[in-house]
Amino acid sequence: MNIAVNPKKLIKGATGDWEVVIGLEIHAQVNSRAKLFSGSSTAFGAEPNSHVSLVDAAMPGMLPVINSECVAQAIRTGLGLKAQVNLRSVFDRKNYFYPDLPQGYQISQFKYPIIGEGEVLVDVTPDETITVGIERLHLEQDAGKSIHDLDPHNSYVDLNRSGVALMEIVSKPDLRSSEEAKAYVSKMRTILRYLGTCDGDMEKGNLRADVNVSVRKIGDELGTRCEIKNVNSIRFIGQAIEYEARRQIGIIEDGGKIIQETRLYDPAKGETRSMRSKEEAHDYRYFPDPDLLPLEFTQSYVDELNAALPELPDAKKARFIAEYKLSPYDAMVLTLEHENADYYEAVAKSRDGKISANWVINELFGRLNKEGRDINTSPVSAEQLGGIVDLITENIISGKIAKDLFEIIWVEGGNPREIVKARCMEQVTDLGAIQKIVDEVVAAHPDKAEQAKTKHGMLGFFVGMVMKASGGKANPATVSDMLKAKIGLE
Amino acid sequence: MSVDQATVKKIARLARVSVEESAIPVLQTELNAIFGFIEQLKEVDVNGVEPMTSVVKMQIKQREDIVNDGEDAARVLANAPVREDNFYVVPKVVE
Repeated sequence: MNIAVNPKKLIKGATGDWEVVIGLEIHAQVNSRAKLFSGSSTAFGAEPNSHVSLVDAAMPGMLPVINSECVAQAIRTGLGLKAQVNLRSVFDRKNYFYPDLPQGYQISQFKYPIIGEGEVLVDVTPDETITVGIERLHLEQDAGKSIHDLDPHNSYVDLNRSGVALMEIVSKPDLRSSEEAKAYVSKMRTILRYLGTCDGDMEKGNLRADVNVSVRKIGDELGTRCEIKNVNSIRFIGQAIEYEARRQIGIIEDGGKIIQETRLYDPAKGETRSMRSKEEAHDYRYFPDPDLLPLEFTQSYVDELNAALPELPDAKKARFIAEYKLSPYDAMVLTLEHENADYYEAVAKSRDGKISANWVINELFGRLNKEGRDINTSPVSAEQLGGIVDLITENIISGKIAKDLFEIIWVEGGNPREIVKARCMEQVTDLGAIQKIVDEVVAAHPDKAEQAKTKHGMLGFFVGMVMKASGGKANPATVSDMLKAKIGLE
Repeated sequence: MSVDQATVKKIARLARVSVEESAIPVLQTELNAIFGFIEQLKEVDVNGVEPMTSVVKMQIKQREDIVNDGEDAARVLANAPVREDNFYVVPKVVE
């Protein structure tokens, strides 16, 4: 793809501007109960070597049998990435030796992956959307886990993850800044979570990325790239790219050459370093796995899966803008996680979309963030928040009281309408009663009332006084109107 | 195509096969004989012939997504030379 150079994304070097070129290989653990080629569990956090069958431990004579759900999940992901679904693909052996790879090879797909080219739309900022090409997606086995810090002389191997299905999603080198790369991973995570094909849990390593970085002067051919392995947070991906790009520019500007190599990002030091020991292992000697026939399925099976796909983030965002009259930014925030979008829709259904969005984003998300919770553990249900919005739009409570009501429901729970009634929180609609307070307040401050005639800011003082005297239950607009009449403003 | 002695050593190392220096020329001769045979096979015209993936015409067997195996660490670890707390213990391999 030809991508226009955006001067804002260039990095300044001593010899001029440099363009960073980034491609990502995302490893996403497939959501499935059993492993890719065996019947043992994929569940996280089990005792060492418990979720392991003789197939996963690569005992002689054991044969792989593919899990049909893992195939379906890869197809769904391909469809979600608007990608080519290959009705025939082939499993290959990728050969290397490591203690946590008992087979001595990883079953992967090399020449004929299950999914071919596709694309993803990525919002880098509210005003900038880029298209990132997908090169391919293939199915492969995860390795086990080696633990190096339990003993000074030995490594401990746990094969619970060995054989769990991964999707490796390879992007084209279409990314031009760390911001773009971060936004891409974030969007990919959102899509996978919408599809339900990967839970996107980066802390558990269920989504991780190898980051390919190179630099070049504008208009030049692609530079030599370095691959930063296994970065497991979006923030670290950004930091690793920033460091690596500057490291490469420094070397080239000092007259050196970039050596193609595998590197590791060290978050504690904020730098990347070479993993020389992995170099020789790069001779993987792929060949078709003789234990597995080519993977074949029909177009009608693909169509069936396609028909059952959920609404995806881009479509949902567009619908929120059209249906609920939201700004693109609000729609983007609300559709990042499908649970959030579902919650919002439950609130906004047959209510004012904009007011609902404000309450969900500002009050609810704000409060959830503050307490480190997510929507699934929100103490305030969509029904309760909807009830608050109803009371506001029916003019029964003021916006200020609504915030108090939200706080009460957050802590104590309950039905909003009943709480308002029981605690006398209704907006005072008895105009006579408000007029009485207005009269009293103005009478108590004759000097300020005189000032207010010329100094409009003084009106706020009176509104505040009246609101306070009414216990926050007067409508501020009504109070303001009455005060203007009383004091004698236009 | 033929292989030199350095390539023979590299293949052995990648396969973690220990080969005596004296065996290298023998292996080189044997490997080159195999490559010679492959060269000969290449003379066959296979235009329009699909690569054979199985001697029987059949589809790949698939399993359902059901957990019905594992949970037997004792059996899995039975042959491990060294183990501790249900971990395999191996000589330190660290980056």
